[in-house]
Amino acid sequence: MPVTWVLTFAMLLFCVGVYGVLARRNAVIVLMSIELMLNAVNINLVAFNAMSGLTDRLAGEVFALFIIAIAAAELGLGLAIVLLVYKNRLTISLDEVNLMKW
Amino acid sequence: MVSNAIAYAWLIPVFPLISFGVILAMGKKLPGKGAEVGILALAASLALSLAVFFQTIGQGGDFHGYERAVSWLTFGPGSELELGFRVDGLAAVMLVIVSLVALMVHIYSTGYMAGDRRYTFYFAMLSAFTFSMLNLVLANNLLQMLVGWEGVGVCSYLLIGHWWEEKANSNAAIKAFITTRIGDVGFIFGIFVLFWAAGTFNIAEISEAVDLGEIAPGVITAAAVLLFLGAIGKSAQFPLHVWLPDAMAGPTPVSALIHAATMVVAGVYLVARMYTVFFDSALALNEVAVIGSITMLIAAFLALIQDDLKKVLAYSTVSQLGYMIAGLGVGAYTASVFHIWTHAWFKALLFLGAGSVIHAVHTNNMSSMGGLRSKMPITSATFIIGGLALAGFPPFAGFWSKDELVVGAYEWATHGHPVGWFVFASMLITAFLTACYVARMLALTFFGKPKYDAEHVHPHESPRSMTTPLLVLCVLAIAGGWVGIPGEANLFGQWVHFGDLHHGFSVPIMLGSIALAVAGFGVGWAIFRHGKTSVDLKGSAWGWVYRLLENKYYLDEIYMRGIVRPIREQVARATYWTNQRLIDQVVNLAAFVTVKVGFATYHGIDQPLIDGAVNGVGRAAGVLGGKLKFWQSGYMQRYAAVLFLSVTLLAGVYLFIKF
Repeated sequence: MPVTWVLTFAMLLFCVGVYGVLARRNAVIVLMSIELMLNAVNINLVAFNAMSGLTDRLAGEVFALFIIAIAAAELGLGLAIVLLVYKNRLTISLDEVNLMKW
Repeated sequence: MVSNAIAYAWLIPVFPLISFGVILAMGKKLPGKGAEVGILALAASLALSLAVFFQTIGQGGDFHGYERAVSWLTFGPGSELELGFRVDGLAAVMLVIVSLVALMVHIYSTGYMAGDRRYTFYFAMLSAFTFSMLNLVLANNLLQMLVGWEGVGVCSYLLIGHWWEEKANSNAAIKAFITTRIGDVGFIFGIFVLFWAAGTFNIAEISEAVDLGEIAPGVITAAAVLLFLGAIGKSAQFPLHVWLPDAMAGPTPVSALIHAATMVVAGVYLVARMYTVFFDSALALNEVAVIGSITMLIAAFLALIQDDLKKVLAYSTVSQLGYMIAGLGVGAYTASVFHIWTHAWFKALLFLGAGSVIHAVHTNNMSSMGGLRSKMPITSATFIIGGLALAGFPPFAGFWSKDELVVGAYEWATHGHPVGWFVFASMLITAFLTACYVARMLALTFFGKPKYDAEHVHPHESPRSMTTPLLVLCVLAIAGGWVGIPGEANLFGQWVHFGDLHHGFSVPIMLGSIALAVAGFGVGWAIFRHGKTSVDLKGSAWGWVYRLLENKYYLDEIYMRGIVRPIREQVARATYWTNQRLIDQVVNLAAFVTVKVGFATYHGIDQPLIDGAVNGVGRAAGVLGGKLKFWQSGYMQRYAAVLFLSVTLLAGVYLFIKF
């Protein structure tokens, strides 16, 4: 399988993620879209590792594993924030949450 | 040749770390509610510490330390983060102190904290604290030390606020945490300076670089002063000492472990660990000496008039820490570490004894104690011995180390360092005061007529779980100083020394310090044997002593807090007067001059030149702000859109340039 296919697939996946992050209003769906983007990156890393031909080195796979682990932690944190926002404002619509300013 | 125990020294902090995890995870289900796990782990740590200690001292005076580390992060050539440990005489001594006192406190706490609401969590925190402290002691690099340093800070915070339902306790916890944090900032920047200059966090390598003169003197001074800020915070030195007396809000065993024997000496330990850096800078040494001297004096005075038994001990701790710090400032390295050693025993003993007393009479105030000697024979006997050790009576532990420090200051002075005289005088005055407040404390607590409410309070000896640690520590408070009897046979000097072995000894000074201790004790006893607290003294024949103390506090309003009301009002008035008559005049004069200068500047320069420019800038900022408002909407998605767009643009620019 040519690596271009894989990269194209990853790009499409990433774009879906970007669309979700930018266009959806539900915070949980935004978090899910971030996961899509991270996984697109993971696919890229693995693909590049395969492309490099150095099959005895697993740098790409190891990176991907790291990202999976860290993404899990990040998602936990994100959901906790969403939960708190919901508790305080009774909504998780990002249109009604404009706290990121001072 | 290094044999096995030292090579396994890294296990010493691991035991309490494991017990911390176990207690947190399943402590409540265990028959002993988690206490037994902590005690077991600490016993293991103590056994290994003792093995390491005896092996270290078995190496003799030429042993320069054993170090092992693994690198866990490499960034750039030659720069790596290590996880390692270093055992030398200093670390071995501290290991024994920390693990023994911690074990005693664990055992004692099973009695003292029995039935407490957060009993299991308390023991988990004790384990976490012990782990952090041992990690701090063993660390072979400054970053690892910092981790332990902050760890003990967090545990101290949690334990001071153990009974957080009362606002005062949680306030004390916050105060302790924030005050020490001020010093920590200095510590962190000191680490950065050293890393920048030496290219490593490793303590031994930094010391070597300093020794070889690879670091500029100015940089060394800056690093030493910054590091010392950390010590000022942690070891409660003037002017950041205010947190330690408040920290007495925690349970008494915690005060014994953290705020007397171990954590507060971390600052002293830091200075001792980095002593090469300090010793290279005369300015830093003088700073250390002066701060230590000021601290020991002001704290000793304050200890004289406290009513709260624990606060007497707290100020006494601050004062004794000042002794150690000042000792390091005058080159008395061995003597200072020796004082850490003896102080740990007798001060832990005193705090645990105080806890036993408080447990019995349900109050901290000495004005509601008295006559407890017959009711609590073991507690009173051990407490009195601890007190005598603190006062510096031979042959108890405190005498030997205190005497060595005084001799050290004298030698420093006679070797052409004028600051030595200041330290020397401060130490002698403090020795007198110490004996004085010890006499007061003993007289008010254990002698005289009972002042507690005899109908409702029936003092009795504490359970064996509490008296056993007292007895163990009592033995050390008596005999702990014998390893450092000055002369050729000074064992402690062989264990811990900086540079060459050194035998400071002076019979006249020794006799003088004994005389001062006896005189101080006599004076204190004469005043307070009838069970008076300082408040009663005001109109009596001893009023001049009282006024003297009072005058002492004209210096600074901050030290007034926590002192009985009558004194506070006097001083507030004095401060107000000083403020109005002296400081205000200076301020007014400065303001007057400023106004005149300002007037001339305004018409000459400001209006025509600067204002034009300023107005222009202001107008521009207004217009720009209006435009920028869009970018500060607070909507996360707008930010994300900008982010993605920018990245796409940058990628486009990159591609355009590349192809």
